[in-house]
Amino acid sequence: MNEVPLTHILFLSTALFFIGMYGLFTRRNLITMLMSIELMLNSVNINFVAFNKYLFPDKLDGLFFSLFIITIAAAEAAVAIAIIINLYRSHQSIDVDDATEMKF
Amino acid sequence: MSNYLYILWIPLLPLATFVVLGLFGRKYFAKTAGIISTASLLTSTILSFVAAKQYFFVDGKVNGVYQKIIALKYTWLQFSPNVSIDMGVIVDPIAVMMLIVVTSVSLMVHVFSLGYMKGEERFATYYAFLSLFTFSMLGLILSVNIFQVYMFWELVGVSSFLLIGYYFNKPSAVAAAKKAFIVTRFADLGFLIGIMIMGFYGGTLDIGLLIQKLTSAQSPEFLSITSASFLGASMLTWGLTLIFMGGAGKSAMFPLHIWLPDAMEGPTPVSALIHAATMVVAGVYLVARLFPIFSMDETALNIVTYVGAFSALLAAIIACTQTDIKRVLAYSTMSQIGYMMFALGISKNGGENGLGFMASMFHLFTHAFFKSLLFLGAGSVIHMLHSNEMKDMGGLRKLMPITHAAFLIACLAIAGIPPFAGFFSKEEILTAAFHENKLIYGVALFTAALTSFYMFRLYFNIFWSKEAPAKAHSAVHDHAHNAGHNDDHKDAQDHGEGTWTMKLPLIILAACAVGVGFIPFSQFITSDGAALETHIDMVFSIAPVALSIIAILLSASFYKKENTKSDKAVAVFGGFYRAAYKKFYVDELYLFITKKIVFPLIGQPIAWADRNIVDGFILLLASTTAKISTAIKGLQSGKVQNYALYFFGGVLALSVLFIYIWK
Repeated sequence: MNEVPLTHILFLSTALFFIGMYGLFTRRNLITMLMSIELMLNSVNINFVAFNKYLFPDKLDGLFFSLFIITIAAAEAAVAIAIIINLYRSHQSIDVDDATEMKF
Repeated sequence: MSNYLYILWIPLLPLATFVVLGLFGRKYFAKTAGIISTASLLTSTILSFVAAKQYFFVDGKVNGVYQKIIALKYTWLQFSPNVSIDMGVIVDPIAVMMLIVVTSVSLMVHVFSLGYMKGEERFATYYAFLSLFTFSMLGLILSVNIFQVYMFWELVGVSSFLLIGYYFNKPSAVAAAKKAFIVTRFADLGFLIGIMIMGFYGGTLDIGLLIQKLTSAQSPEFLSITSASFLGASMLTWGLTLIFMGGAGKSAMFPLHIWLPDAMEGPTPVSALIHAATMVVAGVYLVARLFPIFSMDETALNIVTYVGAFSALLAAIIACTQTDIKRVLAYSTMSQIGYMMFALGISKNGGENGLGFMASMFHLFTHAFFKSLLFLGAGSVIHMLHSNEMKDMGGLRKLMPITHAAFLIACLAIAGIPPFAGFFSKEEILTAAFHENKLIYGVALFTAALTSFYMFRLYFNIFWSKEAPAKAHSAVHDHAHNAGHNDDHKDAQDHGEGTWTMKLPLIILAACAVGVGFIPFSQFITSDGAALETHIDMVFSIAPVALSIIAILLSASFYKKENTKSDKAVAVFGGFYRAAYKKFYVDELYLFITKKIVFPLIGQPIAWADRNIVDGFILLLASTTAKISTAIKGLQSGKVQNYALYFFGGVLALSVLFIYIWK
């Protein structure tokens, strides 16, 4: 079987990361922003798994880390959505530009 | 050596009373504060007498010499292996003697105040302050460490301040309290510097060690302190003089005496306790405590002598002219303390030459009793008439027989008429002065005559002079002495001389004023602890006693009946009389120095520097911070995505830094 080289996977994860970053900076909808953050987290997961497989095939550290990140991402999504719901209740909107009271 | 640890309870009981009455007094003990306080002090007094008996008669003496016993020493703050601030209890002849004086006079004052202060709104507070004072004074007496002395010294000053300002709704009382505090505080600055000098050269703050190190002429400490000099005087002289300055401030010696007459604004029993018998002799006690060191330095002793003698004379002259009875007593106190001071000054340490030391302590002891008696008697009179002024008084001998008798005894005692207490102590002082310094002897003799004159001027003016006022109160009620007193004492006529609690202390103290002179004092208290043989030389006594009697007769001819002789005498003295009446303008001089010199030349430039330089620097810091934050506050826009951008920018910058620059 033809092996997929590491660089391809790294290219994928980098692309995924910057797509997420672009989404985070350009979208005004909080849900979409949350999705962008998830993209970034997952690109990191891919990195961990890939390096684990290609560099240290007999170890499991990278897999553990990606499992941790998935768990934390789940918790983070719950908290973020709770915040978004509260924001919607107070502002009748989930647009970040409508919630800029916390400034000088 | 037996255990003296129970002496610790003597100061601690008043402290406990102070804490309890200070915290809960006004709420729970508004009526019973006096009883509680008096009972606790009575216990202290009994303990003091037990201690005195044990020390003087049972086990204080070793080979005929009274030992210094350190009953307790607890190191509180350790600065270096040798220098530390200790808290402790010292037992030696003068400490035990002072214990007796302070507790018994304080007890008498407590009892007297039960009647005198009855019905005061802040009755419990008054007793709390009295207890605080008693605690501080006892702590001062028992100090083992010179810094412990200093701490209690300040506490005594504070309680004196609180008690002088007891009638805080009276502006003159507030001013007097402030004056007393500031003047003595100023003197204490000198005391503190003196302590530093002694501690620096002596290498210790412990009194016993300090004395040991600085009294042997070969010790390295003594050599270093005498060889170092500043402005032509050795550091030993400087240190002792500055310590004496602290003592002079507390003991109202010229030129730091100005607070004492004003301090009479406080309640009269307070004057009896603090400004007659105990606190004002703290200065004498301090010099006596460090006397072995003082005796090593001729100059310091001379300063003590001449300041004391001059104060004695000056105060006696002023006392002859004052009309406020408490002020007369205040100046008389100052004069008598001057006696004690110069008696210390002319004394030598140890042996036959230590007569002055013993005489000074003896006079301190007798003076405490007859002077507090005089003040309490005056308090009785003031309580009845609500006036301090002599012109409101006269002919009271029928109305107040007990006060009259007690006052007469005290006057005879202070005038030095045998066999009253003052005679014995004054004779010792005069004898010591006669042998050491003829000039001082002359001053002392003249002062003694003046003392008799002004004391009997006071006596005749209060109890003789005019006919007894039929309605003493209605005539002078407008001169009501203390604002707080008016309402409570409208019925003054009914209670006459006051309650038995006011008469009892007078009777006890009068008995003391007669009796304490017969105590063979020189057997117990001398500069080196060994007994000293003294005897009253009849021939020597003729001069002072005769002078006193002449002065009394003169005073009687002036003041016993209303006549114009005293006015003529005033006319003869003219300008001198007016100067003395104005207290020789010392107060005005102080005001001139402070208002015209110190404030504009020192105070205002310092205030300017404080406002503009010190404050300016801080304000500059603050305004710079404010400006910077105004400039960059736009960064905090409230937009989440901006923050995320900054964050990524930061991460990027750090990455560049760590990857390419900081390899």
